[in-house]
Amino acid sequence: MDASVRDRGLEAALDVRDGETVALLGPNGAGKSTLFALAAGLLRADAGRAVLDGRTLFDGSAGIWVPPHARGVALLAQEPLLFPHLTVLDNVAFGPRAEGASRKAGRQAAEHWLGEVDAVALADRRPAQLSGGQAQRVAVARALAAAPRLLLLDEPFAALDVAAAPALRRLLRRVLADRTALVITHEALDAHMLADRVVVLDGGRVVEEGPTAELLERPRSRFAAGLAGLNFLEGRTTAPGRLHVEGLGDVFGTGPAEADPALPGDDAVAVFRPADVAVYPSRSGLAPDVPQGSPRNAWRAVVEELEPRGPQVRVHAATPRATVVADLTPASAAELDLVPGAVVVLVAKAAAVTVYPA
Amino acid sequence: MPASARPEPRGYSGLPRWLYIPAGLGVLFVLVPLVGMLTRVDWLHFVPLVTSDSSLAALRLSLETALASTAACLVLGVPMALVLARGPARGRRWLRALVLLPLVLPPVVGGLALLYTFGRLGLVGRLLDVAGVQLAFTTTAVVMAQTFVSLPFLVVSLEGALRTAGGRYEAVAATLGAGPTHVFWRVTLPLVVPGLASGLVLSFARSLGEFGATLTFAGSLGGVTRTLPLEVYLQREIDPDAAVALALVLVVVAAVVVGVAYGRRLAGAVAA
Repeated sequence: MDASVRDRGLEAALDVRDGETVALLGPNGAGKSTLFALAAGLLRADAGRAVLDGRTLFDGSAGIWVPPHARGVALLAQEPLLFPHLTVLDNVAFGPRAEGASRKAGRQAAEHWLGEVDAVALADRRPAQLSGGQAQRVAVARALAAAPRLLLLDEPFAALDVAAAPALRRLLRRVLADRTALVITHEALDAHMLADRVVVLDGGRVVEEGPTAELLERPRSRFAAGLAGLNFLEGRTTAPGRLHVEGLGDVFGTGPAEADPALPGDDAVAVFRPADVAVYPSRSGLAPDVPQGSPRNAWRAVVEELEPRGPQVRVHAATPRATVVADLTPASAAELDLVPGAVVVLVAKAAAVTVYPA
Repeated sequence: MPASARPEPRGYSGLPRWLYIPAGLGVLFVLVPLVGMLTRVDWLHFVPLVTSDSSLAALRLSLETALASTAACLVLGVPMALVLARGPARGRRWLRALVLLPLVLPPVVGGLALLYTFGRLGLVGRLLDVAGVQLAFTTTAVVMAQTFVSLPFLVVSLEGALRTAGGRYEAVAATLGAGPTHVFWRVTLPLVVPGLASGLVLSFARSLGEFGATLTFAGSLGGVTRTLPLEVYLQREIDPDAAVALALVLVVVAAVVVGVAYGRRLAGAVAA
């Protein structure tokens, strides 16, 4: 698929292989939902084309546009949108019936798919009598019963409470295993559990893509790094394992063990975990406070925000270049008397910083 | 208005108290004339008056034509409402203004327009006349006049219901493989049944009360085009007691229609 929509500033190309689940990540307004609407046929692209299983869905230059009902692309939105006037069973039978199945065949298909999502007991209920999690499960069954060649899931957990989300996530992991599907999500967990591959969309363009584990471990975009919970600095390599970041000076790190190191002169990124950042008080300048020893990075920073995170406290501190986050125990945060506006020194050992090509 | 048996729990409404005075006056303004009419009913001769041949013929004609015009509103109005609510945005404003025109036009003017179009010498009537079809001053003309004035009621209430329902269910249905016609019958229509019912009742009630356009385009031929409102008007000149008795019949029929089929949904649908 390769499409552009001028009004929404979208210009993206995307490829999903047969049987593959791809997670679509990106900040709000990145164009994820627009891309879905284009694929489903609910919005017309100004230019571009999309092909599904060798069949053209739309092609701007050839003037081809297949209406949504003839595409075999099912859409599962944040809200289940079950038809309120139909029972659960009839909702699930809707797709097969629309394709011309007899009443009996439609019921059988519906019962089968309700079984797949463990919702047979709900068959005779009306959508108004379902909880959010139940309704979303039925919506999954309804989408699957339509036998789509491509399944689009637009933040399927967003409208669910935290208690209902894990069960649906496991369910989707099971049913998406061999399916061609695209999932919009804001959670690294969803990407890990559901997707083989991740595509990061920003400003209507694909900024990064790759296998899920690799991309979240070695993010090349700030958004993916944030999603993976990693600190992220961009710069230019000056020597192997050394990155020059404007405003911060040289950052010392190590090349990735399994991949090509960045060569001098390459655009590269440095990535490190918040747990690997130590925070020291800054009393009289930089040098005296920083422990010497193994190669390490030290940056002066101003504390912006403290955020409780489970047993830890996450410190957001602004360096001259970027905000770096560090995880501390509440005790050390108290001992350091950290408050927004406090000046600190952030230290990260070179061994904990990975530098690789952008 | 009668208070409900149990007051529902209420939050702060912000309603100024003095507002109840004009509101009460409005209620009285509708109610008192009805009572006034009741005081003039000749109860002794009420039954013979409303069961006379001419009365029964007018009543039957009224019910038949109102049903027929409601059916016509259904067939024409549902597609109109759908095009207005879901169709291309271009020209929608003009189309809506045109659809609403009969609502603000004096019915006599509507009748004249129909007459000069479908009458013997009218634009279309001339061609129909050649084909041996005459519409003006027939029962068909009554139905046409009623449909002309009632159509906006159905279109407006259904369009409101369609807008409230939104197009999201239709979009989902389409991605499940349902073509537009299937979606129309299985999703769009069932979702707006309450709005459709309101629109139909309003259209029926408006058709039942139609007077001006009917008189102008269909005349007042006993048993053919003289509906109940026309009969009331005619009897007013000849036999005021009969007129009042028939008027009461109309009030009862209208109240039954609105009350039974419509219930408390009236307010919501009109507001939508």
